[in-house]
Amino acid sequence: MSAAATPAAILTLDGLRKAYGDLVAVDGISCTVAAGEIVGLLGPNGAGKTTTINMVLGVLAPDAGAIRVEGLDLATHRSEALERINFAAVYSPLPGNLTVAQNLRVFGLIYGVRQLAARIEELLAQYDLERFRNTRSGVLSSGEQTRLSLAKAMLNRPHLLLLDEPTASLDPATARDMRARIRSFAAPGTGGVLWTSHNMHEVVEVCDRVLFLSRGKILLEGDPRTLPGEHGKASLEELFITVAREPLSLEPA
Amino acid sequence: MSRVRPRRVAAILLRHFYLVRGSLSRVVPLFVWVAIDMVLWGFITRYLSTGTSFRFSLVTTLLGAVLLWDFQARVMQGVTMAFFEDVWSRNFLNVFASPLRLSEYLSGLVLSSIATSAVGLAVMLLVAVAAFGLSFAAYGLLLAPFLLVLFLFGIALGVAGTALVLRLGPSAEWFIWPIPAVLAPFACVFYPLATLPAWMQPAARLLPPAYVFEGMRAVAAGGAAPVAPLAWGALLAVFYILIACWIFRSVHRYAVRTGLVARYSAETVS
Repeated sequence: MSAAATPAAILTLDGLRKAYGDLVAVDGISCTVAAGEIVGLLGPNGAGKTTTINMVLGVLAPDAGAIRVEGLDLATHRSEALERINFAAVYSPLPGNLTVAQNLRVFGLIYGVRQLAARIEELLAQYDLERFRNTRSGVLSSGEQTRLSLAKAMLNRPHLLLLDEPTASLDPATARDMRARIRSFAAPGTGGVLWTSHNMHEVVEVCDRVLFLSRGKILLEGDPRTLPGEHGKASLEELFITVAREPLSLEPA
Repeated sequence: MSRVRPRRVAAILLRHFYLVRGSLSRVVPLFVWVAIDMVLWGFITRYLSTGTSFRFSLVTTLLGAVLLWDFQARVMQGVTMAFFEDVWSRNFLNVFASPLRLSEYLSGLVLSSIATSAVGLAVMLLVAVAAFGLSFAAYGLLLAPFLLVLFLFGIALGVAGTALVLRLGPSAEWFIWPIPAVLAPFACVFYPLATLPAWMQPAARLLPPAYVFEGMRAVAAGGAAPVAPLAWGALLAVFYILIACWIFRSVHRYAVRTGLVARYSAETVS
Protein backbone atom coordinates (compact mmCIF):
# COMPACT_ATOMS: atom_id res chain seq x y z
CA MET A 1 0.00 0.00 0.00
CA SER A 2 2.23 2.78 -1.12
CA ALA A 3 1.09 6.30 -0.54
CA ALA A 4 1.75 8.65 -3.40
CA ALA A 5 1.17 12.26 -2.45
CA THR A 6 -1.57 13.77 -4.57
CA PRO A 7 -2.61 17.42 -4.61
CA ALA A 8 -5.83 16.50 -2.78
CA ALA A 9 -4.04 14.54 -0.04
CA ILE A 10 -4.38 16.34 3.27
CA LEU A 11 -2.40 13.71 5.16
CA THR A 12 0.19 11.34 3.80
CA LEU A 13 1.80 8.65 5.93
CA ASP A 14 4.71 6.98 4.23
CA GLY A 15 6.33 3.90 5.75
CA LEU A 16 5.61 4.99 9.31
CA ARG A 17 7.27 2.84 11.95
CA LYS A 18 7.52 3.05 15.73
CA ALA A 19 8.96 0.49 18.12
CA TYR A 20 9.25 0.51 21.90
CA GLY A 21 12.21 -1.76 22.47
CA ASP A 22 11.26 -5.13 20.97
CA LEU A 23 7.59 -4.19 20.64
CA VAL A 24 6.78 -2.83 17.21
CA ALA A 25 3.71 -0.65 17.74
CA VAL A 26 3.46 0.66 14.17
CA ASP A 27 5.10 -1.30 11.39
CA GLY A 28 5.45 0.51 8.09
CA ILE A 29 2.06 2.15 7.72
CA SER A 30 1.44 4.04 4.48
CA CYS A 31 -1.86 5.73 3.69
CA THR A 32 -3.47 9.02 2.78
CA VAL A 33 -6.45 11.04 3.90
CA ALA A 34 -7.87 13.14 1.09
CA ALA A 35 -9.73 16.42 1.35
CA GLY A 36 -13.37 15.80 2.09
CA GLU A 37 -12.71 12.24 3.19
CA ILE A 38 -13.49 10.63 6.55
CA VAL A 39 -11.15 7.72 7.18
CA GLY A 40 -11.77 5.29 10.03
CA LEU A 41 -8.71 3.87 11.76
CA LEU A 42 -9.92 0.62 13.26
CA GLY A 43 -8.39 -2.21 15.20
CA PRO A 44 -8.29 -3.92 18.55
CA ASN A 45 -6.65 -2.35 21.59
CA GLY A 46 -2.89 -2.19 21.08
CA ALA A 47 -3.15 -2.35 17.29
CA GLY A 48 -1.30 0.96 16.92
CA LYS A 49 -4.13 3.46 16.37
CA THR A 50 -3.27 5.91 19.14
CA THR A 51 0.46 5.55 18.42
CA THR A 52 -0.26 6.54 14.83
CA ILE A 53 -2.36 9.52 15.91
CA ASN A 54 0.29 10.63 18.40
CA MET A 55 2.88 10.58 15.63
CA VAL A 56 0.64 12.69 13.37
CA LEU A 57 0.15 15.12 16.27
CA GLY A 58 3.91 15.51 16.63
CA VAL A 59 4.09 14.27 20.23
CA LEU A 60 5.74 10.99 19.23
CA ALA A 61 8.60 10.80 16.78
CA PRO A 62 8.53 7.92 14.29
CA ASP A 63 11.59 5.68 14.05
CA ALA A 64 11.20 5.66 10.27
CA GLY A 65 8.92 7.02 7.61
CA ALA A 66 7.44 10.42 6.91
CA ILE A 67 4.31 12.35 7.81
CA ARG A 68 3.20 15.09 5.45
CA VAL A 69 0.33 17.47 6.04
CA GLU A 70 -0.65 19.17 2.78
CA GLY A 71 2.84 18.45 1.58
CA LEU A 72 4.54 19.87 4.68
CA ASP A 73 6.92 17.41 6.33
CA LEU A 74 6.01 17.26 10.02
CA ALA A 75 9.61 16.55 10.97
CA THR A 76 10.91 19.77 9.43
CA HIS A 77 7.83 22.06 9.44
CA ARG A 78 6.23 20.99 12.69
CA SER A 79 4.55 24.26 13.67
CA GLU A 80 3.28 25.05 10.15
CA ALA A 81 1.89 21.52 9.76
CA LEU A 82 0.20 21.56 13.18
CA GLU A 83 -1.49 24.89 12.34
CA ARG A 84 -3.52 22.89 9.81
CA ILE A 85 -4.43 20.12 12.26
CA ASN A 86 -6.55 19.86 15.36
CA PHE A 87 -7.71 16.95 17.46
CA ALA A 88 -10.06 15.69 20.12
CA ALA A 89 -9.35 12.65 22.23
CA VAL A 90 -11.15 11.19 25.23
CA TYR A 91 -7.85 10.92 27.12
CA SER A 92 -6.92 14.58 26.64
CA PRO A 93 -9.55 16.84 28.19
CA LEU A 94 -8.94 20.57 28.33
CA PRO A 95 -7.70 22.00 31.65
CA GLY A 96 -10.47 21.59 34.18
CA ASN A 97 -9.46 24.70 36.14
CA LEU A 98 -10.27 27.06 33.25
CA THR A 99 -13.79 27.93 32.17
CA VAL A 100 -15.16 26.87 28.81
CA ALA A 101 -14.69 30.35 27.32
CA GLN A 102 -11.19 30.72 28.81
CA ASN A 103 -10.08 27.40 27.33
CA LEU A 104 -11.38 28.33 23.90
CA ARG A 105 -9.72 31.76 24.10
CA VAL A 106 -6.32 30.36 25.16
CA PHE A 107 -6.29 27.66 22.48
CA GLY A 108 -7.70 30.08 19.92
CA LEU A 109 -4.67 32.30 20.48
CA ILE A 110 -2.31 29.33 20.28
CA TYR A 111 -3.86 28.25 16.96
CA GLY A 112 -3.82 31.82 15.63
CA VAL A 113 -7.60 31.99 15.05
CA ARG A 114 -8.69 35.22 13.38
CA GLN A 115 -11.70 37.09 14.80
CA LEU A 116 -11.43 34.85 17.80
CA ALA A 117 -14.28 36.32 19.86
CA ALA A 118 -16.78 35.73 17.04
CA ARG A 119 -15.44 32.24 16.40
CA ILE A 120 -15.82 31.33 20.08
CA GLU A 121 -19.44 32.52 20.09
CA GLU A 122 -20.11 30.50 16.96
CA LEU A 123 -18.68 27.33 18.49
CA LEU A 124 -20.40 27.82 21.84
CA ALA A 125 -23.70 27.94 19.96
CA GLN A 126 -22.88 25.04 17.62
CA TYR A 127 -21.85 22.71 20.42
CA ASP A 128 -24.59 23.80 22.81
CA LEU A 129 -22.09 25.18 25.32
CA GLU A 130 -23.43 28.72 25.73
CA ARG A 131 -24.84 28.11 29.19
CA PHE A 132 -21.47 26.69 30.31
CA ARG A 133 -19.48 29.66 29.04
CA ASN A 134 -18.31 30.63 32.53
CA THR A 135 -18.30 27.12 33.99
CA ARG A 136 -15.00 25.48 34.81
CA SER A 137 -14.41 22.67 32.35
CA GLY A 138 -13.58 20.22 35.14
CA VAL A 139 -17.15 20.26 36.48
CA LEU A 140 -18.77 19.51 33.14
CA SER A 141 -20.20 16.05 32.53
CA SER A 142 -18.06 13.79 30.35
CA GLY A 143 -20.40 14.39 27.43
CA GLU A 144 -20.15 18.16 27.86
CA GLN A 145 -16.36 17.90 28.08
CA THR A 146 -16.37 15.93 24.84
CA ARG A 147 -18.42 18.66 23.18
CA LEU A 148 -15.91 21.21 24.46
CA SER A 149 -13.01 19.14 23.09
CA LEU A 150 -14.75 19.01 19.72
CA ALA A 151 -15.36 22.77 19.82
CA LYS A 152 -11.67 23.31 20.54
CA ALA A 153 -10.80 20.91 17.71
CA MET A 154 -12.84 23.04 15.30
CA LEU A 155 -11.43 26.39 16.50
CA ASN A 156 -8.89 26.84 13.71
CA ARG A 157 -11.08 25.31 10.97
CA PRO A 158 -8.49 22.55 10.59
CA HIS A 159 -7.68 20.95 7.27
CA LEU A 160 -7.08 17.69 9.09
CA LEU A 161 -9.14 16.63 12.07
CA LEU A 162 -7.89 13.77 14.25
CA LEU A 163 -10.56 12.22 16.42
CA ASP A 164 -9.71 9.46 18.87
CA GLU A 165 -13.02 7.91 19.99
CA PRO A 166 -14.72 11.31 19.98
CA THR A 167 -18.21 10.01 20.75
CA ALA A 168 -17.21 7.45 23.40
CA SER A 169 -18.86 9.29 26.28
CA LEU A 170 -21.82 10.84 24.49
CA ASP A 171 -25.43 9.75 24.75
CA PRO A 172 -26.87 8.37 21.49
CA ALA A 173 -28.72 11.55 20.58
CA THR A 174 -25.70 13.79 21.16
CA ALA A 175 -23.40 11.30 19.43
CA ARG A 176 -25.65 11.37 16.36
CA ASP A 177 -25.56 15.16 16.42
CA MET A 178 -21.76 15.16 16.66
CA ARG A 179 -21.46 12.70 13.78
CA ALA A 180 -23.62 15.00 11.68
CA ARG A 181 -21.35 17.94 12.55
CA ILE A 182 -18.23 16.02 11.63
CA ARG A 183 -19.78 14.90 8.34
CA SER A 184 -20.70 18.50 7.59
CA PHE A 185 -17.12 19.50 8.42
CA ALA A 186 -15.81 17.16 5.72
CA ALA A 187 -18.63 17.72 3.20
CA PRO A 188 -17.33 20.95 1.58
CA GLY A 189 -14.21 19.04 0.56
CA THR A 190 -11.67 21.26 2.29
CA GLY A 191 -10.96 19.13 5.36
CA GLY A 192 -10.17 15.49 5.96
CA VAL A 193 -10.85 13.43 9.08
CA LEU A 194 -8.95 10.53 10.61
CA TRP A 195 -11.26 8.88 13.10
CA THR A 196 -10.82 6.02 15.54
CA SER A 197 -13.82 4.33 17.04
CA HIS A 198 -14.88 1.00 18.47
CA ASN A 199 -18.49 1.64 17.48
CA MET A 200 -18.81 -0.12 14.13
CA HIS A 201 -22.33 1.17 13.45
CA GLU A 202 -20.97 4.67 13.77
CA VAL A 203 -18.07 3.88 11.47
CA VAL A 204 -20.41 2.53 8.79
CA GLU A 205 -22.55 5.64 9.10
CA VAL A 206 -19.74 8.18 8.97
CA CYS A 207 -16.59 6.87 7.30
CA ASP A 208 -15.91 6.87 3.58
CA ARG A 209 -13.06 4.42 4.00
CA VAL A 210 -11.62 2.33 6.81
CA LEU A 211 -8.16 1.03 7.58
CA PHE A 212 -8.02 -2.06 9.78
CA LEU A 213 -4.85 -2.16 11.86
CA SER A 214 -3.51 -5.32 13.39
CA ARG A 215 -0.18 -5.58 15.17
CA GLY A 216 0.91 -2.24 13.77
CA LYS A 217 0.16 -3.02 10.12
CA ILE A 218 -2.71 -2.14 7.83
CA LEU A 219 -4.45 -5.47 7.36
CA LEU A 220 -7.48 -4.35 5.35
CA GLU A 221 -8.62 -1.21 3.63
CA GLY A 222 -11.85 -0.30 1.92
CA ASP A 223 -15.40 0.97 2.04
CA PRO A 224 -16.92 0.06 5.42
CA ARG A 225 -20.21 -0.81 3.73
CA THR A 226 -18.76 -3.31 1.26
CA LEU A 227 -15.62 -4.53 3.02
CA PRO A 228 -17.36 -7.11 5.27
CA GLY A 229 -19.01 -8.79 2.27
CA GLU A 230 -15.71 -8.92 0.40
CA HIS A 231 -14.33 -11.01 3.26
CA GLY A 232 -17.38 -13.19 3.79
CA LYS A 233 -18.62 -11.39 6.90
CA ALA A 234 -22.11 -10.18 7.61
CA SER A 235 -21.14 -6.92 9.28
CA LEU A 236 -18.24 -4.62 10.03
CA GLU A 237 -18.44 -5.69 13.67
CA GLU A 238 -18.00 -9.33 12.66
CA LEU A 239 -15.05 -8.35 10.50
CA PHE A 240 -13.58 -6.37 13.40
CA ILE A 241 -13.82 -9.41 15.68
CA THR A 242 -12.07 -11.54 13.08
CA VAL A 243 -9.31 -8.93 12.77
CA ALA A 244 -8.91 -8.93 16.53
CA ARG A 245 -8.97 -12.71 17.02
CA GLU A 246 -7.79 -14.29 13.79
CA PRO A 247 -5.87 -11.69 11.81
CA LEU A 248 -3.87 -14.35 9.99
CA SER A 249 -7.04 -15.62 8.32
CA LEU A 250 -7.39 -12.25 6.59
CA GLU A 251 -3.82 -11.73 5.50
CA PRO A 252 -3.27 -12.01 1.74
CA ALA A 253 -1.92 -15.41 0.71
CA MET B 1 14.91 28.59 18.08
CA SER B 2 12.38 29.68 15.46
CA ARG B 3 10.39 32.86 15.02
CA VAL B 4 8.21 33.71 18.03
CA ARG B 5 4.55 34.64 17.46
CA PRO B 6 3.40 37.09 20.14
CA ARG B 7 -0.21 35.80 20.19
CA ARG B 8 0.94 32.33 21.17
CA VAL B 9 3.18 33.72 23.91
CA ALA B 10 0.24 35.83 25.07
CA ALA B 11 -1.89 32.67 25.25
CA ILE B 12 0.42 31.14 27.86
CA LEU B 13 0.48 34.38 29.83
CA LEU B 14 -3.31 34.73 29.59
CA ARG B 15 -3.80 31.16 30.78
CA HIS B 16 -1.70 31.92 33.87
CA PHE B 17 -3.54 35.19 34.46
CA TYR B 18 -6.89 33.36 34.39
CA LEU B 19 -5.60 30.82 36.89
CA VAL B 20 -4.09 33.33 39.31
CA ARG B 21 -7.03 35.73 39.11
CA GLY B 22 -9.53 33.12 40.10
CA SER B 23 -7.59 31.39 42.85
CA LEU B 24 -6.81 32.53 46.37
CA SER B 25 -4.34 29.66 46.75
CA ARG B 26 -2.35 31.04 43.84
CA VAL B 27 -2.59 34.73 44.78
CA VAL B 28 -1.57 34.41 48.44
CA PRO B 29 1.79 32.66 47.86
CA LEU B 30 2.79 35.44 45.48
CA PHE B 31 3.43 37.74 48.39
CA VAL B 32 2.83 36.11 51.79
CA TRP B 33 6.03 34.08 52.12
CA VAL B 34 8.26 36.89 50.93
CA ALA B 35 6.48 39.34 53.24
CA ILE B 36 7.05 36.97 56.17
CA ASP B 37 10.72 36.68 55.16
CA MET B 38 11.03 40.47 55.19
CA VAL B 39 9.47 40.71 58.64
CA LEU B 40 11.64 37.93 60.06
CA TRP B 41 14.90 39.24 58.60
CA GLY B 42 13.90 42.79 59.38
CA PHE B 43 13.74 41.96 63.11
CA ILE B 44 16.95 39.91 62.93
CA THR B 45 18.68 42.85 61.27
CA ARG B 46 17.31 45.28 63.84
CA TYR B 47 18.49 43.04 66.68
CA LEU B 48 21.97 42.58 65.21
CA SER B 49 22.27 46.34 64.69
CA THR B 50 21.58 47.04 68.37
CA GLY B 51 24.72 47.96 70.21
CA THR B 52 26.97 46.90 67.36
CA SER B 53 28.81 49.18 65.04
CA PHE B 54 29.46 48.19 61.45
CA ARG B 55 31.18 50.07 58.65
CA PHE B 56 27.94 49.76 56.69
CA SER B 57 24.22 49.62 57.26
CA LEU B 58 23.08 46.12 58.21
CA VAL B 59 19.61 46.94 56.97
CA THR B 60 20.95 47.81 53.55
CA THR B 61 23.28 44.84 53.22
CA LEU B 62 21.57 42.05 55.13
CA LEU B 63 17.88 42.83 54.62
CA GLY B 64 18.61 44.11 51.12
CA ALA B 65 20.40 40.85 50.32
CA VAL B 66 17.51 38.77 51.61
CA LEU B 67 15.13 40.81 49.47
CA LEU B 68 17.19 40.35 46.32
CA TRP B 69 17.72 36.64 46.97
CA ASP B 70 13.99 36.15 47.51
CA PHE B 71 13.37 38.04 44.28
CA GLN B 72 15.56 35.60 42.38
CA ALA B 73 13.74 32.65 43.98
CA ARG B 74 10.37 34.15 42.99
CA VAL B 75 11.55 34.53 39.40
CA MET B 76 12.61 30.87 39.31
CA GLN B 77 9.38 29.73 40.91
CA GLY B 78 7.38 31.96 38.56
CA VAL B 79 8.68 29.94 35.60
CA THR B 80 8.28 26.55 37.25
CA MET B 81 4.81 27.29 38.68
CA ALA B 82 3.49 28.29 35.25
CA PHE B 83 4.89 25.00 33.90
CA PHE B 84 3.47 22.97 36.79
CA GLU B 85 0.00 24.22 35.89
CA ASP B 86 0.27 22.16 32.70
CA VAL B 87 1.60 19.20 34.71
CA TRP B 88 -1.21 19.37 37.28
CA SER B 89 -3.98 19.79 34.71
CA ARG B 90 -2.53 17.04 32.45
CA ASN B 91 -2.45 19.51 29.62
CA PHE B 92 0.73 18.34 27.88
CA LEU B 93 -0.96 16.69 24.94
CA ASN B 94 -3.09 19.77 24.22
CA VAL B 95 -0.06 22.06 24.49
CA PHE B 96 2.60 20.02 22.75
CA ALA B 97 0.31 18.78 19.95
CA SER B 98 -0.44 22.39 19.00
CA PRO B 99 1.54 24.70 16.70
CA LEU B 100 3.15 26.28 19.77
CA ARG B 101 6.93 26.34 19.43
CA LEU B 102 9.16 25.62 22.41
CA SER B 103 10.52 29.16 22.20
CA GLU B 104 6.96 30.51 22.42
CA TYR B 105 6.07 28.24 25.31
CA LEU B 106 9.19 29.18 27.28
CA SER B 107 8.66 32.87 26.50
CA GLY B 108 5.15 32.57 27.90
CA LEU B 109 6.49 30.98 31.08
CA VAL B 110 9.05 33.78 31.44
CA LEU B 111 6.40 36.48 30.96
CA SER B 112 4.23 34.79 33.58
CA SER B 113 7.23 34.81 35.90
CA ILE B 114 7.89 38.51 35.30
CA ALA B 115 4.30 39.30 36.26
CA THR B 116 4.23 37.17 39.41
CA SER B 117 7.73 38.03 40.63
CA ALA B 118 6.98 41.75 40.17
CA VAL B 119 4.15 41.37 42.68
CA GLY B 120 6.50 39.68 45.16
CA LEU B 121 9.17 42.35 44.66
CA ALA B 122 6.69 45.17 45.19
CA VAL B 123 5.39 43.64 48.43
CA MET B 124 8.92 42.99 49.74
CA LEU B 125 9.93 46.58 49.02
CA LEU B 126 6.81 47.87 50.71
CA VAL B 127 7.40 45.87 53.89
CA ALA B 128 11.17 46.42 54.03
CA VAL B 129 10.99 50.14 53.35
CA ALA B 130 7.91 50.94 55.45
CA ALA B 131 8.63 48.73 58.46
CA PHE B 132 12.42 48.61 58.60
CA GLY B 133 13.59 51.69 56.74
CA LEU B 134 15.41 49.80 54.00
CA SER B 135 16.95 52.19 51.51
CA PHE B 136 18.71 51.27 48.30
CA ALA B 137 19.97 54.84 47.88
CA ALA B 138 23.51 53.66 48.61
CA TYR B 139 23.42 51.55 45.45
CA GLY B 140 21.87 54.17 43.20
CA LEU B 141 21.55 53.05 39.60
CA LEU B 142 23.50 49.88 40.38
CA LEU B 143 20.28 48.40 41.73
CA ALA B 144 19.11 47.87 38.15
CA PRO B 145 22.01 45.59 37.12
CA PHE B 146 21.80 43.81 40.48
CA LEU B 147 18.16 42.97 39.79
CA LEU B 148 18.85 42.16 36.15
CA VAL B 149 21.58 39.59 36.92
CA LEU B 150 19.41 37.91 39.55
CA PHE B 151 16.40 37.95 37.22
CA LEU B 152 18.38 36.33 34.41
CA PHE B 153 19.78 33.65 36.68
CA GLY B 154 16.31 33.02 38.13
CA ILE B 155 15.02 32.44 34.59
CA ALA B 156 17.86 30.02 33.89
CA LEU B 157 17.10 28.08 37.07
CA GLY B 158 13.40 28.03 36.26
CA VAL B 159 13.87 26.72 32.72
CA ALA B 160 16.37 24.09 33.88
CA GLY B 161 13.94 23.09 36.64
CA THR B 162 11.07 22.62 34.17
CA ALA B 163 13.34 20.48 32.00
CA LEU B 164 14.10 18.31 35.03
CA VAL B 165 10.41 17.81 35.79
CA LEU B 166 9.61 17.15 32.14
CA ARG B 167 12.26 14.45 32.11
CA LEU B 168 11.58 12.81 35.48
CA GLY B 169 7.82 13.20 35.80
CA PRO B 170 5.36 15.09 38.00
CA SER B 171 6.80 13.89 41.31
CA ALA B 172 10.16 15.52 40.46
CA GLU B 173 8.71 18.92 41.34
CA TRP B 174 10.05 18.30 44.83
CA PHE B 175 13.56 18.65 43.41
CA ILE B 176 12.71 22.18 42.35
CA TRP B 177 11.57 23.85 45.57
CA PRO B 178 14.89 23.48 47.48
CA ILE B 179 17.09 24.77 44.64
CA PRO B 180 17.46 28.31 46.10
CA ALA B 181 18.34 26.89 49.52
CA VAL B 182 20.93 24.55 47.99
CA LEU B 183 22.56 27.39 46.06
CA ALA B 184 22.42 29.97 48.86
CA PRO B 185 25.64 28.90 50.67
CA PHE B 186 27.59 29.19 47.39
CA ALA B 187 25.94 32.43 46.30
CA CYS B 188 27.46 34.38 49.23
CA VAL B 189 24.17 36.09 50.02
CA PHE B 190 25.07 36.88 53.64
CA TYR B 191 28.88 36.78 53.77
CA PRO B 192 31.87 37.62 51.57
CA LEU B 193 33.17 35.02 49.16
CA ALA B 194 36.47 34.97 51.06
CA THR B 195 34.60 33.46 54.01
CA LEU B 196 34.07 30.24 52.08
CA PRO B 197 36.61 27.43 52.29
CA ALA B 198 38.90 27.17 49.29
CA TRP B 199 37.01 24.24 47.72
CA MET B 200 33.73 26.19 47.68
CA GLN B 201 35.11 29.39 46.20
CA PRO B 202 35.41 28.17 42.56
CA ALA B 203 31.77 27.03 42.69
CA ALA B 204 30.76 30.44 44.05
CA ARG B 205 32.59 32.18 41.19
CA LEU B 206 30.47 30.20 38.72
CA LEU B 207 27.27 31.62 40.22
CA PRO B 208 26.08 35.03 38.96
CA PRO B 209 24.43 35.96 42.31
CA ALA B 210 27.83 35.82 44.04
CA TYR B 211 28.94 38.81 41.90
CA VAL B 212 25.79 40.72 42.83
CA PHE B 213 26.13 40.20 46.57
CA GLU B 214 29.90 40.83 46.56
CA GLY B 215 29.16 44.03 44.67
CA MET B 216 26.43 45.07 47.09
CA ARG B 217 28.73 44.71 50.07
CA ALA B 218 31.55 46.55 48.33
CA VAL B 219 29.33 49.52 47.45
CA ALA B 220 27.73 49.60 50.90
CA ALA B 221 31.21 49.75 52.41
CA GLY B 222 31.98 52.78 50.26
CA GLY B 223 33.88 50.99 47.50
CA ALA B 224 33.77 51.62 43.75
CA ALA B 225 30.99 50.37 41.54
CA PRO B 226 31.83 46.74 40.59
CA VAL B 227 31.13 47.21 36.90
CA ALA B 228 33.39 44.47 35.51
CA PRO B 229 32.31 41.76 38.01
CA LEU B 230 28.66 42.63 37.39
CA ALA B 231 29.14 42.44 33.63
CA TRP B 232 30.77 39.05 34.09
CA GLY B 233 27.89 37.95 36.31
CA ALA B 234 25.39 39.05 33.63
CA LEU B 235 27.31 37.19 30.93
CA LEU B 236 27.35 34.07 33.08
CA ALA B 237 23.60 34.37 33.67
CA VAL B 238 22.90 34.71 29.93
CA PHE B 239 25.14 31.70 29.32
CA TYR B 240 23.11 29.69 31.85
CA ILE B 241 19.85 30.71 30.16
CA LEU B 242 21.17 29.40 26.86
CA ILE B 243 22.30 26.18 28.53
CA ALA B 244 18.91 25.80 30.28
CA CYS B 245 17.02 26.31 26.99
CA TRP B 246 19.27 23.75 25.30
CA ILE B 247 18.58 21.27 28.12
CA PHE B 248 14.82 21.87 27.85
CA ARG B 249 14.94 21.36 24.10
CA SER B 250 16.98 18.16 24.49
CA VAL B 251 14.61 16.79 27.13
CA HIS B 252 11.61 17.64 24.94
CA ARG B 253 13.21 15.79 22.02
CA TYR B 254 13.81 12.80 24.28
CA ALA B 255 10.18 12.96 25.46
CA VAL B 256 8.90 13.04 21.87
CA ARG B 257 11.24 10.23 20.79
CA THR B 258 10.26 7.93 23.63
CA GLY B 259 6.58 8.82 23.89
CA LEU B 260 6.96 10.41 27.32
CA VAL B 261 4.90 13.47 26.35
CA ALA B 262 1.92 11.31 25.42
CA ARG B 263 2.22 9.19 28.55
CA TYR B 264 3.55 11.77 30.97
CA SER B 265 1.49 10.77 33.99
CA ALA B 266 3.19 7.36 33.90
CA GLU B 267 6.48 9.23 34.72
CA THR B 268 8.53 6.73 32.73
CA VAL B 269 8.24 4.98 29.40
CA SER B 270 10.23 1.91 30.42
